[in-house]
Amino acid sequence: MSIFNTLYVYYRFLEISVRSQMQYRLSFVMLTFSHFLVTGIEFLGIWILFERFGSLKGWSLAEVALMYGIVSIAFSITDAVMRGFDMFGNMVKAGDFDRLLVRPRSTVLQLMGQELTLRRIGRFAQGFAVLIWAASTLNVDWSLAKIGLLLFAVFGGAALFAGLIVLQATLAFWSTESLEIMNTVTYGGVETTQYPVVVYREWFRNIFIYVVPLASAHYFPAVAIIGRTDALGTSTLFQYLSPLIGFAFFIACLQVWKFGVRHYMSTGS
Amino acid sequence: MRGYRALVSARFRALLQYRSAAIAGFGTQLFWGLIRIMIFEAFFLSSTLSQPMAQEDVITYIWLGQAFLVILPWNPDRELGQEIRSGGVSYELLRPLDLYFNWYSRSIALRTAPAMLRAIPMFIVAGLFFELQAPENFVAGLAFAASMVGMVMLSAAITSVLSISMMWTVSGDGITGLAPAVVAMFSGNIVPLPFFPDALQTVLRILPFSSLGDVQFRLYTGNLPVSELPLVFFHIFGWTLFFILLGRWMVARGVKRVVVQGG
Repeated sequence: MSIFNTLYVYYRFLEISVRSQMQYRLSFVMLTFSHFLVTGIEFLGIWILFERFGSLKGWSLAEVALMYGIVSIAFSITDAVMRGFDMFGNMVKAGDFDRLLVRPRSTVLQLMGQELTLRRIGRFAQGFAVLIWAASTLNVDWSLAKIGLLLFAVFGGAALFAGLIVLQATLAFWSTESLEIMNTVTYGGVETTQYPVVVYREWFRNIFIYVVPLASAHYFPAVAIIGRTDALGTSTLFQYLSPLIGFAFFIACLQVWKFGVRHYMSTGS
Repeated sequence: MRGYRALVSARFRALLQYRSAAIAGFGTQLFWGLIRIMIFEAFFLSSTLSQPMAQEDVITYIWLGQAFLVILPWNPDRELGQEIRSGGVSYELLRPLDLYFNWYSRSIALRTAPAMLRAIPMFIVAGLFFELQAPENFVAGLAFAASMVGMVMLSAAITSVLSISMMWTVSGDGITGLAPAVVAMFSGNIVPLPFFPDALQTVLRILPFSSLGDVQFRLYTGNLPVSELPLVFFHIFGWTLFFILLGRWMVARGVKRVVVQGG
């Protein structure tokens, strides 16, 4: 199967998904709007704390907002694209996964093509607004390299979150019980990375640098963009390349997924 | 009265069955609590400005918020929604119970049973390892316990309104979609209310949400003196009454529209 053909099939999947969501236009608008407000309230919490305390270990609100924006946008992209994997547990329980296996396309393509959740535009818009505010408030000289790094970080972050959701789906092969514990690394990861990782205690920070390397998508690139010297002592070159870790993580998770698919046994229902 | 009591205890026992959900919820809430505490720790380290709450009180406040998180009226009773859609609600009309208080009783069980399952392990773990303090003194502990009963009453009244609203909206969009964020923010679950800007304090205190955790946890830590208790009760009962009357009015209007289709 050529790559172009695969992309074409994916495009057709998305077209159908978008059209079906547009059948309930009012519902879509309301869900998007409430998503915007719900995620906006999170940022309000950060603002309140900065009002009270002034700064956070030498970080300003605008600097934190830059990281918040990157993570928020990255997660909204993942959340919209990976819906099929997110709902995968139910699919295994119902035995619907068998249908995907008999089709002449990869399972990854078919699951990603399940749905493009458009209402995530709510979070995207909110993250984007915060990012624009941060970008204009910070005293940063926006060179082409820095804009490139920003985009790279957003997509690296999206890939990393996507990897986590693939891992969560893979767990469904072995356990059909509640997989909510994975939410602590996905939603919990979003929550954690609203702030620079250096403000956390060391053991906790290390989890998000080495185990679930979310710091590679928000902290290190943001340090390079702002032009601070990193308290963890990394070089500028590393900071520019660090979003690559997100893509590597995603590819690694796909390998685990393939391993899971090979060991899949249908529930038979 | 006996009928309602039986209803509460039956639902309560049914809801106690969801133990694996409680374990997962406990893990998530422990994680959330840890993040919040570390953030506050960092903020307290970076500022010498005087703050409206002491750091150890904030830590206890956060753990109490996590332990009792599911008491918050963040969702309607999904099973009631099912009943409304399927027409099962017409059976409820046949029972010799007032429909509103029938549902209010269910709401009480919905708010307390899952909270029990999570609060006990949270007190043990956070108390042993993560600096959850005992109440300021015995009287503060009693005031906390009494006001927690009030919190459940108020939360159940708001939950009932959310559930009853499903007579008009089929899916979870609309106000029920916004409820979790609004409730979490203005009850102090995201940031304790005393940290909000001073100009907002009066408004926050008047809104019903301050009685959904904030005043209770501050009574516990001693941040709110016990002498405030009469005012706290006045606030809780006033808003509870308001939401009960609103719910009853909605039920009365909704029932007129119920069409039993037979079959």
